[in-house]
This record gives sequence, structure tokens and C-alpha cells, in this order.
Amino acid sequence: MKGTRMTTATVRAGETGSPYGLSHLEVLESEAVHIFREVAGEFERPVILYSGGKDSIVMLHLALKAFAPAPLPFSLLHVDTGHNFPEVLHHRDHQAAHHNLRLHIAHVQDYIDDGRLRERPDGTRNPLQTLPLLDTITTHRFDAVFGGGRRDEEKARAKERVFSLRDEFGTWNPRRQRPELWQLYNGRHSPGEHVRVFPLSNWTELDVWQYIAHEKIELPTIYYAHTRQVFHRHGMWLAPGDWGGPHDHETLQTRHVRYRTVGDMSCTGAVDSHADTIDKVITEITASRLTERGATRADDKLSEAAMEDRKREGYF
Amino acid sequence: MSSTGTSTIDTGDAALAATSLLRFATAGSVDDGKSTLVGRLLHDSKSVLTDQLEAVERASLDRGQDAPDLALLTDGLRAEREQGITIDVAYRYFATPRRRFILADTPGHVQYTRNMVTGASTAELAVVLVDARNGVVEQTRRHAAVAALLRVPHVVLAVNKMDLVDYREGVFAAIAAEFTRYAGELGVPEITAIPISALQGDNVVTASARMDWYGGPTVLEHLETVPVSHDPSGDPARFPVQYVIRPQTPELPDYRGYAGQIASGVFRTGDRITVLPSGRTSTVEGIDALGQSVDVAWAPQSVTLRLADDLDISRGDLIAPAQASVRPSQDQTATVCHVADRPLKPGDRVLLKHATRTVKAIVKDIPSRLTLDDLSQHPVPGELVANDIGRVVLRTAEALPIDAYADSRRTGSFLLIDPADGTTLTAGMAGDAFAEAARDVKEAEAAADDEGWDF
Repeated sequence: MKGTRMTTATVRAGETGSPYGLSHLEVLESEAVHIFREVAGEFERPVILYSGGKDSIVMLHLALKAFAPAPLPFSLLHVDTGHNFPEVLHHRDHQAAHHNLRLHIAHVQDYIDDGRLRERPDGTRNPLQTLPLLDTITTHRFDAVFGGGRRDEEKARAKERVFSLRDEFGTWNPRRQRPELWQLYNGRHSPGEHVRVFPLSNWTELDVWQYIAHEKIELPTIYYAHTRQVFHRHGMWLAPGDWGGPHDHETLQTRHVRYRTVGDMSCTGAVDSHADTIDKVITEITASRLTERGATRADDKLSEAAMEDRKREGYF
Repeated sequence: MSSTGTSTIDTGDAALAATSLLRFATAGSVDDGKSTLVGRLLHDSKSVLTDQLEAVERASLDRGQDAPDLALLTDGLRAEREQGITIDVAYRYFATPRRRFILADTPGHVQYTRNMVTGASTAELAVVLVDARNGVVEQTRRHAAVAALLRVPHVVLAVNKMDLVDYREGVFAAIAAEFTRYAGELGVPEITAIPISALQGDNVVTASARMDWYGGPTVLEHLETVPVSHDPSGDPARFPVQYVIRPQTPELPDYRGYAGQIASGVFRTGDRITVLPSGRTSTVEGIDALGQSVDVAWAPQSVTLRLADDLDISRGDLIAPAQASVRPSQDQTATVCHVADRPLKPGDRVLLKHATRTVKAIVKDIPSRLTLDDLSQHPVPGELVANDIGRVVLRTAEALPIDAYADSRRTGSFLLIDPADGTTLTAGMAGDAFAEAARDVKEAEAAADDEGWDF
């Protein structure tokens, strides 16, 4: 018997006295790895949605572990709204290069420039990602698309399958989902259809952070507390930028903040925070009385079914 | 300890790191107070956050309700909220300092048997709710039958609305006795009955001051302490190969590993193994557990096995101990739950997915359908429609090493799939598992004649 694995498992499994326990992180990791390997075994052209946000970073980490010591059999895809945080884009490019992965980037800006999409009056580009995403999936004939969505994020997501079938329009029909039993995932699809796959379905925000701490995964710096110029809009602290802020009546101030989620700058708010290390972040999340989307996402406050509507249209 | 080690003890990520995970399912209808129970579990364990509660309060006000309707926390889809029903399985996540929970919240009505079956398929514990005023009713028996059929190891009977029967011990004791006898005869190995009032909060998270005659755990205490994993060393060792890892890099020109998740049991280096269905044998030379080499691994770990011999092994093969009892066969008999809207008929040509292998199959016969409410058998039903439970005889194009579901939930289960459009048709459990038990019950009852209970 080599190493400490057995010993630590014994400590964890104390409740049963069995030497064969696993921690919740080990169970979740094993489940996600199983999902990645199922897709590799059953699909022709899988791709990982990779934004440089923490959930996609954890997905990539798990996928690399699933196939080590062989290289990852998937490429990466990012839909760039044109309003992304530069620190996050830098991290994205660095990771893709470091792991020698092909990174496809679809630019919302290109669609706006040639008239296929129009800027929304509120300036947010999150809903505009759907069309470039679907176009890229069609162009490259991707048949499995990994997303970092978690069921704990939002109540429409709570009813999402791990393998979620999308028709040729990318639409999600909650009434036509396949029942998902045991760990038997059914990825069969017709030409033109694809399957969205969510390996982190059963993870919570806290699990993600505990796993990042445990695996010592590097994140973009904006997830940790820093000083930043921000202004107040719709109950959130937004960062200034070309996307359209601040307006005349909005004033910039310097605050200690960090980001709990990372998305389009126009609708992702920072939270007041002094959590500049991962342990402090975990402590902060454990004590938080707000969900990460409630704290930071303007797009989900639009209506009771905002996420459901976007998902139906083919959003992540 | 390597840098990719999996210890959660030495990294300092304190409080919640060393917790185990429990997957459980709840079955019951709105009338039984299921949503209230789930809402209270989430709320009293402080898993409902301020913005979620505000959203529920806002929505409740919009609907003209005075108090926040906790059921809105779990009804995710627009149609569900508009119609006030639950259509689908909703997964909920919460944690206490002792344990992380994944709750499959399933609607309890008869037309949603498939959702209960789905929720129970991965559950280690099922909570069955009854209204203390009504006791064990048809629906309760159906829920017990689903838990027994899916081999959920732990069942909790939550006798709810104790406040409406003046918290009387006798009411609880009679219901608990009736249910325990019924579920026990179906083969449910462990039953825990708890008297609660979800509305008042009695015995859900905190112990009730109004039922001092009850000395057992609250629902949450029980969820926190029930053993999540039994000892896997007594289970049949099963390793379905998902993917062959061959880096073929200059550093690793000859590495060949079989990637998969241990479905059942324990594997050790040095174990003699056989590869099914080919029957070739070899020895486990090494086990790579996501970045570190180990000598022993167990379900449900995802690992990569390396073998001493160069065999022709690919996705769909099953690695098992050399002396494994499972024999690949083209003929399978199973208890199934039909989950698709189109019916299943004898003669149907389908695909069968077992573990990591998908093969063609023909439905040879559907000898019977089972009514879960009273366990009555209906011979030669002609077809199975959505939410039906029945017996099915199958012939597969290739021999499959399917275990009896009673021995292994993971390698005793399979799906039938429509080859035309990929629809998941039917969930199958191989062997006689539950139908046998049910038949025994019926026969015992027939033999007991006038003493039979009210099925």
C-alpha cells in the first residue's frame, strides 16, 4: 500500500469505519471525469466552452486529468462579447498556449460590425452570444459542447440534464428532455443536432472553490480582492469600459472588490470584499447570504424566467 | 504526497473539506407537504439565501399569497409555476458542516413514476412522505415499491402533519408499523420512521418539544449520519472500459491504459482479471488514480488500469476478476420502467446501452405489467406505455455481461434506446430482483387467505 491515499480516506470515512470512503470532492471529481470520458468515447467532435472564468477553468483542469498522460482530445471555444475583462482573456490565452490546445474564438463584435446582430439599448451583450455560438457549432460540426453550468446556479438550470440534447436551432425544450438514470448517459443525436454536456452539474459554488484550493488551480486575479474604480448601477458595482459606463450621473469611486462570477463587463458586478486569498474567499462564500448570480448578475434579474428563456434560445 | 494528491486533510481548506456526499430522493405530493418539507430542510439548514427568498416572496405576492410559498423554490420551469405542478426532477444542493447533500426532488403523482424512478436510480436514501391523517395510502405503497425496485438502501418514512393529529404517538406507531411491514416485505433493507410537522418544524431540523415520546433522530440528523457507503470489498469488482489512453509521445511511447470508473467493488494491483466478453485474462499491473499511482482503488473512483499483457481491449469491454461469476449472455430478462411517450411492444428493435457498451436488441416478450399501488400482475399486457413497470424478455445481438440488479445497481442496469431518433425508451433492471419478491408477497398473501392485508 503506497502513499497517503488510504490513510486520509480512513480519516474521512470515520463514520463507517470502512477504509473505502471518499470525500465529496473526490466523488464529484470522479463523476466529472467519467462524463468527460463518456463524451470522448461516444462523440466525434467535442469542444469545451472556455471563457477563462472559474467554472470553465475547473472544467479544463478535470478534462486534462481525465486523459493524462495523453493530451486532451478536445479543443476549446470562447464566445467573446468584446466586453470581457482583459485579465480573464489573458488567462484564457495563456492556458490554451500552455496546454497546447486549439482555441476557437467567435467574436460578437464581428456580428455587430456586419449587421447580423444589433447592440441592445441596455448595452449588455450576454444574450448576443447565442448566435455566434450556434454558428460556430455548425461551422465546425461540433457534436458535443461542454459547458460549466451548475444546477445550483439558477432554478431553470436545476432541471437541466447532464447530457442536454439540442436541435439544429440549438433550442432547449424542457418538456422533451430524456430521463437520465443511473450514470447511463444517452448521447445519441441526429445529424445537425448536438448535445450540451455539463460535467459540473452537481457542483456548488463552494465545491468549485474548495476544489480550486485543493488542486491549487490558478485563476485570473480579479477573483481575489483588489482595488478598482467602479460605479453604481442597478444595485451593482460595475467597472468602467468601452461598453458604456459610467454615464454622466454615475460617479467613479475606488473600492476594495472582487468578482464572484466573470462574464460580460456590462452586466457582471463586483462585490465589496477583502478576500485576497483562497481561504478568505471560501470563508466569505460560506458566510454569504446571497447566491453568486443574485450578487453579481444583472441579466438574471430581468424576469423570473430570464435564464429559462435564454436557455430555450440556445444559450449556454 | 504528490502535488496532485487527493488528501483533503492537509490543505487547510478547513471546515467543510472533510465531508461526505449523500444523494437522496424525496417522493410525495404537494398534499403530503413535500414542498414544505424540502423548503424547510433548505431554509432551516440556512441553504436558502436572501435573494432566493426575496424572489419567492415577490412571486408569492404577485400570485396574491400572503406568506412566501416555499414550493416556488423548487418549481423551476415557467409551466410548473403557471400550473402549480412539478413536471420534472429538480436537483437541490445543500450542505451542513457534516455532509454535502444532493436532493432529487420528484413529483409523486402516478403519471410521473418515471421521474421517481429517475430520482431513485442514483439515490442512497429515499424519503417517503405520508399525511398522518391518511396513513399509508396507494401512493405510499407506490413510493415504497419504487424505492424497493430501484434498490435504494435506506428509506425514511416521514409521517407528516403530526400537528393535525395532536402529536399522538399511537397514530404514528400504527402508520410506522404498517409501512415497515409492507416495505420490509418488498426487500427494503432499512426503514426509519420519523414523526414530523414540516409546517411547524417539528423533527425536521430540530427536535420537537411536542413529541417527547419520540427518541429518534430528526430528519436532518438522520440524513447527516446514515452511512453513505457500505464496504465495497464484498461487492463484485466491475470496471467498464470507457476509453483507451495511448499518449504515443516520445516520453511515453508504450503507455496503454484503460480509463473508466469503477462501477462496483475493489481493484488491486496484482489482481488476476478477465476481460468480458472476450474472456481473455491478464493481471493488473498498475492503477493510475487521476495523477497518482495507487495500489488499491474502489467504486466510484475514476481511474486508469494498466495490464501486464497486451490485449485487444476497447470501449465497451468489462474488466472483472478472473473468477467472476457473471457470464455474458444474449438473453436477458429484466424488470423495466417505460419512460417514453411512445409504447414498447414485443418485436420492437431497439438499442440496449449497458455500462459503456451499446448493442442492438429485440424485445422478445413482455410477459407482464405490474401495478405498483397493489403489486398486482397483469399478464400479457401487449405493450408498456409511459410510467408502466413490467417484465421484459430481450435478445441482444452480442453477449453482454449484465449482473443481476440485486447484486450491482450499476452493472445490472441498462437503457433501451430508439435507434431511429435516440429517444430513451425504457430503464431496465436485470434479473428477477423485485418482481420475485412481489410475487412472493402475493403468494404469501393468498396463502394467508382471510388474514391478508389490505393491498
